[in-house]
Amino acid sequence: MKNISGAEAVIRCLIKENVDILFGYPGGAIMPVYDELYKFEKEIHHILTRHEQGATHAAQGYARTSGKIGVAIATSGPGATNLVTGIADAQIDSTPMLCITGQVASSLLGSDAFQETDIIGISTPVTKWSYQITKAAEIPEIFAKAFYIAKSGRPGPVLIDITKDAQFEMLNSFNYKKCKKIRSYLSVPKTSNKSLKDAAEIINKAKKPFIVWGQGVILGEAEKEFTQFIEKSGIPAAWTILGLSAVPTNHPLNVGMVGMHGNYGPNVLTNECDVLIAIGMRFDDRVTGNLSTYAKQAKIIHFEIDPAEVNKNVVADVAVLGNVKLTLKEILPFINSNKHKKWLDKFKSFYDIEFEKVIDKEYNKTEGGLSMAEVIKSININTNGESILVTDVGQHQMVACRYTKFNLSKSNITSGGLGTMGFALPAALGAKIGDQNREVIAVIGDGGFQMTIQELGTIFQTKASVKIVILNNNFLGMVRQWQQLFFDKRYASTEMVNPDFVAISKGYFIEANKVEKRENLDDAVRKMIKYNGPYLLEVIIEKEENVFPMIPSGSSVSDVRLE
Amino acid sequence: MKEIKYTISIYTENNVGLLNRISAIFLKRHINIRSITSSESEISNIHRFIIVVKVDKEKIKKIIKQIEKQIEVIAAFSHTDKEIIYLQTALYKVKSKFLFKERKIQNIIKDSRANIVTVKPDYFVIEKTGWKEETDELYNKLKKYGLLQFVRSGRISVSKESMEITKFLKSNNNE
Repeated sequence: MKNISGAEAVIRCLIKENVDILFGYPGGAIMPVYDELYKFEKEIHHILTRHEQGATHAAQGYARTSGKIGVAIATSGPGATNLVTGIADAQIDSTPMLCITGQVASSLLGSDAFQETDIIGISTPVTKWSYQITKAAEIPEIFAKAFYIAKSGRPGPVLIDITKDAQFEMLNSFNYKKCKKIRSYLSVPKTSNKSLKDAAEIINKAKKPFIVWGQGVILGEAEKEFTQFIEKSGIPAAWTILGLSAVPTNHPLNVGMVGMHGNYGPNVLTNECDVLIAIGMRFDDRVTGNLSTYAKQAKIIHFEIDPAEVNKNVVADVAVLGNVKLTLKEILPFINSNKHKKWLDKFKSFYDIEFEKVIDKEYNKTEGGLSMAEVIKSININTNGESILVTDVGQHQMVACRYTKFNLSKSNITSGGLGTMGFALPAALGAKIGDQNREVIAVIGDGGFQMTIQELGTIFQTKASVKIVILNNNFLGMVRQWQQLFFDKRYASTEMVNPDFVAISKGYFIEANKVEKRENLDDAVRKMIKYNGPYLLEVIIEKEENVFPMIPSGSSVSDVRLE
Repeated sequence: MKEIKYTISIYTENNVGLLNRISAIFLKRHINIRSITSSESEISNIHRFIIVVKVDKEKIKKIIKQIEKQIEVIAAFSHTDKEIIYLQTALYKVKSKFLFKERKIQNIIKDSRANIVTVKPDYFVIEKTGWKEETDELYNKLKKYGLLQFVRSGRISVSKESMEITKFLKSNNNE
């Protein structure tokens, strides 16, 4: 192909990589690419978000449900800087994303030109890789590299900044070759046979083994291999918040969530197991609590794709490097069939305590204000575990992740590592577009909702059938909970005076309803699920509800509090 | 844990922005870089950074992994002073009149095995290559005569053991 512009080359690269959806926002320095998008609208559909941050979170939601790379595009300057939160979120949660930004003409670089920012400099610490293109001829190779880097190994966000003159410049030829390797980059480390055998030996000898799995199982598409591994070994397995949904909720070996607001048993028994098997997770401080008292009695086996995660927070006795899809398959023949019935029963007995002290009281509440858990219960009843849950950040996130029933993987989309309020609404839009056949339910707090509320406009324009549940307690609930527990109830700037969310939704022509009473909840949720199109349901919940169990920060996992 | 001086050798592609990416790893951990040098390496088209930092043993392992994780980094190594041969170069600019009037200066230069790089009517320039302590010593001796300018390069070093970069490159390519 001859004589095409840099801008057209950008679009052709995207087409070669099977990109059919872009989330973005136009502006001066990216206009040549948008002009080509206009011409190629049959091949690539562009979704105009109402803010660039929304474009990144939508791209993330899309990536997580589709398994493909999410692509976000923005102009230079403020357009580019508005992407940064989403990029940082994708980096810490290992989401494959490509961000394309326009840049001022190369002759103006460094001159403080209109809408010039050093986006490469700004984004460097939060990208897996980034590159500034100043010549059209670089476009095919750089895009091929970007796609390879974003998706291979431990995925992550990459950013390509393209000067405006490079978008206008003509290419003498356009040959697109997909990138398959980069000499300085080993995407997946080699697995040593010794590590597999050593790990198997420890696992086979274990009396009280315990598995904690993370998003690595989902990113590696290793759900089947993982399930075979736990079923053969008979080992109870708990999830990190990003690992949620890789194994169905009702699987007998799925013992719940670990971490700050995880389940009672998995947290307490972390400090009782004799072997802790970490699979595709990174021992985040919200999972481990105080590291100096974390699983000190246990041998640690760490299945991990990123060598930098091994021994970072918790020292492994055996590290099994590689993609868990392969390593779990390879270790399976060495694993003895086992049933750790007594040990598994222990998790059940802890569950019974948690059920009595926490779960029953909020999930099966019958009087007083509505609890967050009741709303999730109603969603469970009406969706049967088949829907995709998208959550924002805070109390509602913890409650939704604790109580939502899942039958299918890639069904839990949330901002884990970065804890980005405002994530859910745009991510839900992206999630729906990434998997159109499934119901997408966004559960959002009244605080986070208002951080990206403008994306109601995008949902309206695209008619994406996203169901939005606002759990409204007129508080920044999680911060308020900490203020109550650790700051003597000094509620500094956490009470919110909220607008009429139903009216706002209707202002965007999105059907909406509000529930304040228990007896109306189920009907309202059912109506929302049945509704054909986007829908917002505001639920007024108990004003000062706390999320338990809780490991206060700095405490040991075994000091998890139930009240 | 005790902080030790480590010399980090990083083999990389030669790309714009990589220095920023590497230095960000130290910035993120609030570590001050004591010296940094970048140059070509023994392999054509492969660049080499030498960075000196003072951190504890556990931290250096994690930093090396974070550096190696960067896409355009081929390999990174850390060494203690005992494991490497290392040098720094310093330049001292002094008024010429001292060179001719003060016999002591000539002795200082001779004793410290420094070289006179250039002599002009107004000033002359001395070069000293060696350990930082040696360049410091010369600095202290010359200071009383009034240094017009002083500068010292970052540390350069080679390791006593081989670093097997070519092996890394091969294994990545045969993936």
